[in-house]
Amino acid sequence: MNWTGISAIWMFEMTRFFRSIAQSLISPVLSTSLYFVVFGTAIGSRIQQIEEVSYGAFIVPGLIMLTVLQQSIQNAGFGIYFPKFIGTIYEVLTAPISSLEIVIGYVGAAAAKAIMIGIIILITSFFFVDIQIAHPVFMVAFLVLTAVTFSLLGFVLGIWAQNFEQLNLVPLLVVTPLVFLGGSFYSVSMLPPFWQNVSFFNPVLYLVSGFRWSFFGTSDVPIVASLIAVMIFAGICLGIVWWIFKTGYRLKS
Amino acid sequence: MPTIVEIKDLKKSYDGGFEALKSVSLDIEEGEILALLGPNGAGKTTLISTICGLVSPTSGTITVGGHDVIQDYRAARRMIGMVPQEIHLEPFTRVGDAVAFTRGLFGMRRDDAIVDGILSDLSLLDKKDSRTFALSGGMKRRVLIAKALSHEPRVLFLDEPTAGVDVELRRDMWALVEKLRASGVTIILTTHYIEEAEAIADRIGVINNGELLLVEDKAALMARLGKKELKIHLRDPITTIPSGLEAYDLILTDDGDALVYTYDTKGERTGITALLSALQSAGAQLADISTHQSSLEDIFVGIVKDKS
Ligand SMILES: Nc1ncnc2c1ncn2[C@@H]1O[C@H](COP(=O)(O)OP(=O)(O)OP(=O)(O)O)[C@@H](O)[C@H]1O
Ligand SMILES: [Mg+2]
Repeated sequence: MNWTGISAIWMFEMTRFFRSIAQSLISPVLSTSLYFVVFGTAIGSRIQQIEEVSYGAFIVPGLIMLTVLQQSIQNAGFGIYFPKFIGTIYEVLTAPISSLEIVIGYVGAAAAKAIMIGIIILITSFFFVDIQIAHPVFMVAFLVLTAVTFSLLGFVLGIWAQNFEQLNLVPLLVVTPLVFLGGSFYSVSMLPPFWQNVSFFNPVLYLVSGFRWSFFGTSDVPIVASLIAVMIFAGICLGIVWWIFKTGYRLKS
Repeated sequence: MPTIVEIKDLKKSYDGGFEALKSVSLDIEEGEILALLGPNGAGKTTLISTICGLVSPTSGTITVGGHDVIQDYRAARRMIGMVPQEIHLEPFTRVGDAVAFTRGLFGMRRDDAIVDGILSDLSLLDKKDSRTFALSGGMKRRVLIAKALSHEPRVLFLDEPTAGVDVELRRDMWALVEKLRASGVTIILTTHYIEEAEAIADRIGVINNGELLLVEDKAALMARLGKKELKIHLRDPITTIPSGLEAYDLILTDDGDALVYTYDTKGERTGITALLSALQSAGAQLADISTHQSSLEDIFVGIVKDKS
């Protein structure tokens, strides 16, 4: 393994992140705070408790997942799209570094950024609501798995995209609806039966549900189902990435 | 000298079926400077990109230092540095970091002394902390060279290193190439400038339409194809070639004030001495004489024309 190469990519990406640390952090922290103010405090005070959890606390896991998902996709997508776009990818492709190592470097950096932002949102939420984490180990595991899986997805997107519009469109058109309809801000048990059934096809539901379970010990779907769903999704993304490098899809001619 | 890069029957068809390389075979010797000459679209960049791993070959094999560039890509690539034709740099990275990054990619520990040494060889040391977007075009190109040298490669590919570079910088570049060669690096460069190949290469390969038309020692190429012309300027113009000079195949210039004699520099006899004494016997008054050697340009134009 070319560990030095992996860490070179990882450090390069993290440097990019820290170069614009203010932008990277202000936007998620600000929007999360707004969610807390509006949903948690203003509206939430009029909403009854969901599964014995105050609404303000109930949305914390969903908000973290929402942001971690978006950040993972965005960071990883941009991280690989940008060198492709400006041509600096030639360096990586001519270096003695394997596809797996390239993915570890880029996806690892994107996931690390997303996890950092997720943790910062969690810390922010302590200022607004009173929450306890019932299963911290599972919480961390879910956070890491989600960040890695969606960074893989973002990586695939970044390779597939041929312009900035495409790069932004998929997160906007696909991911945001999935997240909002994935029970981030409500329990699926509150939906009519038809939409409940539809929701079970949404992979994000399993993530949010599992993540929420690690906080409150209650969930929409069994924790095992959540874990299996994340693994399957991660497996699919890994498969696509493997295929991309095997065929050189949109990387080599 | 031992072969360091071995290319056998290399073919490349791009998606859509365009054949950019048609069975190219080439042995590059360790320590030489090989110039690849060819017009736009000849396949120079494709050839380099295939060796370096940017383009997958359709068929054929390439080894670098005995390592297959696909099966044993790590060992092969560790020996290779490549400077692309276009300038590709991350704009916000500092020059020193950009060079250190490439070194890291190649699996080598960070070593500031080596990076500084390379930057100073390329007169970039004072730009070490500048972001690359703030550099001039020539400086950016040198940063690319610095990156390509960061892992101390044995073989360096320079794809049109002097395109869009001023005369002074071009001379600096040639001096650098010479210096690198002296340190044992094998250098393959592509160029449109025949004078460049003539000035720095040991061997010259000519590519056109995806075919390697020839690869030859520069000197041998010049000798084989290089005819020399002797121009004899006369004091008084004449209308016909004086008798007794028929054996020399002379050509009288249009205005009649000069005779042109073509000879082979590598021939057993040039015949110049005999010609001059024959001229004296014929009573010609010489004003001046000059010689002209056909340049690589003439040779190159000749080859491309012959083969197409
Ligand atoms: N990615 C690609 N897809 C399809 N055709 C390509 C691709 N890259 C190059 N070609 C074609 O292959 C041929 C050789 O291109 P190449 O870039 O190797 O030429 P070159 O000798 O480097 O030219 P130049 O001196 O202009 O740089 C050209 O006809 C070009 O159009
Ligand atoms: Mg080219």
